Amino acid sequence: MADVKKKATRESYGEALTALAEKYPNLVVLDADLAAATKTGIFKKAYPERFFDCGIAEANMMGVAAGLATAGKIPFASTFAMFAAGRAYEIVRNSIGYPHLNVKIGATHAGISVGEDGATHQCNEDIALMRTIPGMTVIVPADDVEAKAAVEAAIQFEGPVYMRFGRLAAPILNDPATYQFEWGKGVTLREGKDITIVATGLMVAEAVTAAETLANEGIDARVINIHTIKPLDKELICKAAKETGKIVTVEEHSIIGGLGDAVCSAVCECCPVPVTKIGVNDEYGHSGPAVDLLKQFGLSADNIVATVKKVLNQ
Amino acid sequence: MDETIKKQLQKTAVNIRMGVLTGTFHAKSGHPGGSLSIAELLTYLYFAKMHVDPKNPEMPDRDRLVLSKGHTAPALYAALAERGFFDKKELESLRHIGAMLQGHPSITIPGVDMSSGSLGQGISAACGMALAGKIDSASYHVYTILGDGEIEEGQVWEAAMFAAHYGLDNLTAIVDNNGLQIDGKITEVCSPEPIDEKFKAFGWHVIVVEDAHDFDQIDNAFREAESITGKPVAIIQKSIKGKGVSFMENQVGWHGTAPNAEQYEQGMNELRQALAELEA
Repeated sequence: MADVKKKATRESYGEALTALAEKYPNLVVLDADLAAATKTGIFKKAYPERFFDCGIAEANMMGVAAGLATAGKIPFASTFAMFAAGRAYEIVRNSIGYPHLNVKIGATHAGISVGEDGATHQCNEDIALMRTIPGMTVIVPADDVEAKAAVEAAIQFEGPVYMRFGRLAAPILNDPATYQFEWGKGVTLREGKDITIVATGLMVAEAVTAAETLANEGIDARVINIHTIKPLDKELICKAAKETGKIVTVEEHSIIGGLGDAVCSAVCECCPVPVTKIGVNDEYGHSGPAVDLLKQFGLSADNIVATVKKVLNQ
Repeated sequence: MDETIKKQLQKTAVNIRMGVLTGTFHAKSGHPGGSLSIAELLTYLYFAKMHVDPKNPEMPDRDRLVLSKGHTAPALYAALAERGFFDKKELESLRHIGAMLQGHPSITIPGVDMSSGSLGQGISAACGMALAGKIDSASYHVYTILGDGEIEEGQVWEAAMFAAHYGLDNLTAIVDNNGLQIDGKITEVCSPEPIDEKFKAFGWHVIVVEDAHDFDQIDNAFREAESITGKPVAIIQKSIKGKGVSFMENQVGWHGTAPNAEQYEQGMNELRQALAELEA
């Protein structure tokens, strides 16, 4: 995939907000002194009167977003995943989730691909945290096209949404001319009968690459992109469980409480099959270039290939 | 303040206190102390100040109130019932399974503008409402009531900084300074004082009400608040926790304890007596 174009989904986020501002006049953007990094700075430049910096005060930002939503605004509260889901968890839960307010949380710099900043800023727990909040939608777009479509879908959806974006440039897999974002629906990127690889976010491209490698070795792997982790497309997952009998999940997130656990919960109910989770194994990250970290933590096509082979040989 | 109006407000405050006792007695739990200390404040806001319509609780240009010290919901519910947002009978099922009135304010209740109760959060939502009002050049005003213990929460000061930075003069925060929190006197637990100086330092206009149970003083404070432009206003009202029920006054134990049948009767008798005196 060397010749594939790449873009970080945080950049897609900033661009999408800006592109959609005219169409949705109630859209406003909040940030917590990270506009340059979350890319809401693009929006700020174009629509300064609709951008509100809350300073380094994420708890208050989430509450302000809640108050704006009660008055008919569609606020996008933006900061790093660590602070959006981590630091502000209880405010998101009680001031946004419980009253089911129309707040969109744009969480960037999620996962280990934050890179050099290290463990304090590598949030591998946000999907787990946000999934537990009743009524919260959790979206993890795989690429630029999906991220932009997800932002507009979130605007059109009435209710709280957590959107996870990455710092690292992600390969662009989808065609903007034909792509349609379907709320809560998984996307089968490749059919297959031997095993299903379920991936989300940055790992979707790795899963596609892995499936291509496996195909060359005679292994027919299905690839499903789950961009909406909650509500999960249980129907698609269960169908894959029934038809392929084995599942490998891949996420740039802890194996506790994320995509893997969501998939496990689904198949436990409808068609119990072995599920092997690839993710961060209950440990902290550390500093280093993002691409090297991803390899080190097994978040790579190579490790997906190795894991699939291991599962099939069992 | 006009004496006839004042007397009517005083009676309403007594009725709200009765509602507080009724709610917490039937719930067998809840927070009467800090509810009783804001009876005059809520009376003034809902009966003399705020532009609200009980028949149209979600009217877009209504004034808004966020009870940041959400545990004193019994007083808010009693005030809303008194104002006609819902039937007073609802107070008797406060905190019961399946009841409308939740232990802490829920936005689903007619007249409640924001779910609250996890301390420190309501003021942020109030800031968001006020900011929306500024964006839309709306006429409404936003009020939020904080406890003096509550302001130990760091989020309150994040919000205070935000409100001043954005010049939210359509926001008034009232700190109910009754001096007591669950573990004891606020000055002994982890003192938030000096409260007035802190809000001043954060860029707010500060008004101190020496007696939160005197409608003339409350009225003067809100009149002054109304004249302030360019910055948010904090009214620090010095109140008596448990006010109006003799055995609850200034007793920290009544922060989160409901009256039993005997105490309920005694309290209600005192309030009936107060009402009779006002009507005499």
